[in-house]
Amino acid sequence: MSYLEVRSLHKRYGAFTALVDISLDVGEGEFVCFLGPSGCGKTTLLRAIAGLDPQTSGTIRQKGRDVSALPPSARDFGIVFQSYALFPNLTVADNVGYGLVSRRQKRAEIANRVTELLALVGMPDAGSRYPAQLSGGQQQRVALARALATSPGLLLLDEPLSALDARVRLRLRHEIKALQRRLGVTTIMVTHDQEEALTMADRIVVMNQGAIEQVGTPEQVYRTPATAFVADFVGAMNFLDGTFTAPDCVSVGRVSLSCPPQDGLASGSKVRLCIRPEDVRVRDLPADVSNRLSVQVAELDFVGAFCRASLHADGMALVADFSSNLIRDLGVERGRSLDIALPPDCVRIFAA
Amino acid sequence: MKLARDDLVMRAGVLAMAAALLVMVGLPLWSLLAKGFEDRDGHFVGLANFLVYFSTPALFNSALNSLHVAAVCTVIVVPVAFLYAYALTRAVLPLRWLFQAVALIPIFAPSLLPGLALIYLFGTQGFFKSWLGGGQIYGFEGIVIGQVFYCLPHAMLILGTALATADARLYEAADVLGASRARVFFTVTLPGAKYGVISAALVVFTLVITDFGIAKVIGGNFNVLATDVYKQVIGQQNFSMGAVVGLVLLAPAALAFAVDRFVQRRQVALLTARAVPLVPRPRPGRDAFCTLFCIIVAAGILVILGMAVWGSLIKYWPYNLSLTWANYRFETFDANGWDSYFNSLTMAVGAAVFGTALVFIGAWLAEKTKGFWLVRDLVRLLAFLPMAVPGLVLGLGYIFFFNAAANPLNFLYGTMAILLINTVAHFYTVGHLTATTALKQIDPEFEAVSASLKVPIWRTLARVTAPICLPAILDIAIYLFVNAMTTVSSVIFLYSPDTKLASVAAVNIEEAGTTAAATALCVVIVATSASVKALHLVAERFLLGRLQAWRRR
Repeated sequence: MSYLEVRSLHKRYGAFTALVDISLDVGEGEFVCFLGPSGCGKTTLLRAIAGLDPQTSGTIRQKGRDVSALPPSARDFGIVFQSYALFPNLTVADNVGYGLVSRRQKRAEIANRVTELLALVGMPDAGSRYPAQLSGGQQQRVALARALATSPGLLLLDEPLSALDARVRLRLRHEIKALQRRLGVTTIMVTHDQEEALTMADRIVVMNQGAIEQVGTPEQVYRTPATAFVADFVGAMNFLDGTFTAPDCVSVGRVSLSCPPQDGLASGSKVRLCIRPEDVRVRDLPADVSNRLSVQVAELDFVGAFCRASLHADGMALVADFSSNLIRDLGVERGRSLDIALPPDCVRIFAA
Repeated sequence: MKLARDDLVMRAGVLAMAAALLVMVGLPLWSLLAKGFEDRDGHFVGLANFLVYFSTPALFNSALNSLHVAAVCTVIVVPVAFLYAYALTRAVLPLRWLFQAVALIPIFAPSLLPGLALIYLFGTQGFFKSWLGGGQIYGFEGIVIGQVFYCLPHAMLILGTALATADARLYEAADVLGASRARVFFTVTLPGAKYGVISAALVVFTLVITDFGIAKVIGGNFNVLATDVYKQVIGQQNFSMGAVVGLVLLAPAALAFAVDRFVQRRQVALLTARAVPLVPRPRPGRDAFCTLFCIIVAAGILVILGMAVWGSLIKYWPYNLSLTWANYRFETFDANGWDSYFNSLTMAVGAAVFGTALVFIGAWLAEKTKGFWLVRDLVRLLAFLPMAVPGLVLGLGYIFFFNAAANPLNFLYGTMAILLINTVAHFYTVGHLTATTALKQIDPEFEAVSASLKVPIWRTLARVTAPICLPAILDIAIYLFVNAMTTVSSVIFLYSPDTKLASVAAVNIEEAGTTAAATALCVVIVATSASVKALHLVAERFLLGRLQAWRRR
């Protein structure tokens, strides 16, 4: 039995449908990311799970208990908002202990727990300071400590890192993930940052227009995107429009490309052929390599660790990522002709 | 969806607020409306009263007079206030704080005060009577001068806010593009303050139309709507006609209010989070002109105030100018003596304490309750309504509603409580808006966090929300206090011999012909409300410094 079961959840605001038939399972101790563009319904889903914006229909069960109709205060979760929502007039210690005071615990117990939590998030000496005196990253940690103070079974994070600058964000990613693993608390994080989702999540729920597009491990979502939307949203991707000619063959312009065998696509139907820029092969092409193309390097953009090349061939345009080594070894430069291959096992086909 | 205990308590609270505001605002106004369609004996007569009103030139002329005075005052006050506010916000002014403080003085005075001061200056025995060249101050001119004094701070505050929120980047862009100063003024400054100007004009127009004190003291035979209501009700005991005049008075005020709401809705935030505040840089010509202008305006205000103070201390104007405290022995002029002052003080403190609590908790409930839209909207509507209702009209509504024999709340009539309730109701809107603005600035997720931590919502109100809003709460309390001290219009129908207020006593004393004592009473009121405001400023410094250490970064 999974820890959190969401079944056919719908959410409507008047004529607008924010969530369409969402069903989802989250295992105990799992770290799940809701990923999608803004307005895709990921935050709405999180708030429905918290009970803050109740669903129109559908059920939510937490640890076997039906919580669908319960107000937030009767559910078991801790939450960190994008704004952190720290109480500005209370000290860090009072913020962290806020949920403990009303549980009628002894003053000393509360103080101990607060000290423990502040140590946990790496801010042991900040107890007497006010939120306004802390940096964004520090405020984020305090908010996390406050959410964890009552030892909730479920931790909800609503874009917790998006208000921070890049360097802090990178460090906190690892810290939050490590903390989550240590405590084993079931966690759901909402983010629009695919890199964040890929590095932190055990599983990613990719959402678009109020519906789930794909649920899978970061590897699955990246390697085998279930839909064209996922392929496009997660990572960089080339899309080539073509026509399906045989079970393992697509014609793009005047070129015929082979692909993994497809079921359920009629011959002659319009398709989109996808391949990631880093999967375009250049080196050591065997003579009989399939999907060989002669291309011209139209543009070469230096991105740091690698170069992104825009390639033109037979009216086809695609981009490929070349390492610095490769560029040096093969003398790739703007205007040069190259032979490349699109390995069939790296190619994905979606109905257009 | 099951409701948490918090939600149930809050819904009950919103319902109670709606009921309270219905009693305080909605039902009295309804009673007034009904009364306008009844004859003296309470029979429904349709539009008969209105036909009489519009076919009686003496009555109808007052409406035209009111509109005339209000239009002229608006045309004078808005440019003066604009220039004054511009000088305060955009020029480098010596003693800026002093000019700001002087311009606010009229707010702390009952509107009788400028009228009385003008009598001393230009009245039949006035110092400068000869300046009028045979004309007299009683009537149109007197009302206009008095109203300009009285309305200036209100317009200046609105325009000051509008001009203070400027984005320096726009001015830099205009400079870089080589725009002339005049062009910058007409393309950047004025459009930025456009809504402020409209708002200020509407506020001045409404204040003039609805004010009672100035017209009462210095209007002479020049009748306006506000004095007509008073005459019909107090003089002739003709309540139905009083209600009709009240409704006529309500129309322009309500219209101005509606226009203002409509215009404000179109306003978009000009000042984004990324805006760079404009810091005025010295520019000798402009600064000298602004300083001179401010000196002239401030001098005008001080002359009127100073005249009132001096006049109140003079033995027998204009024959014996030696000084005396005799005019402050109020017991020799009015049966209530100083009691009316202490009544005012009691009422003002009560309004500040209970009114602020009601306004803040009401705004909080309307803002934070989940769902329950219909009742929350009703509360918001009733909280907005008083802004559009002149005090005299509300006071009249109170007579009709609370004095009705069938009303179980009848026992309130003639008590201090009804004065307090009426005053809080009359000035409800500004407090409500202040509280709502403060509450909207707070992170909306505080309540969600409390719910997730299973902390009752009232605890978060007491420990977090209210402390954060403390400056706004103090503002509301001071606003209610000052207005309770100075208001005449609405309470003039509601006092009993035991609960007479200082401002009402001043009207009565003036009616009896003792200008000096009436002025003395007004001076005591100004001194009280201005001191309380000064105390507020000191307290705010202290609070922000000590209790609110968390605001410091």
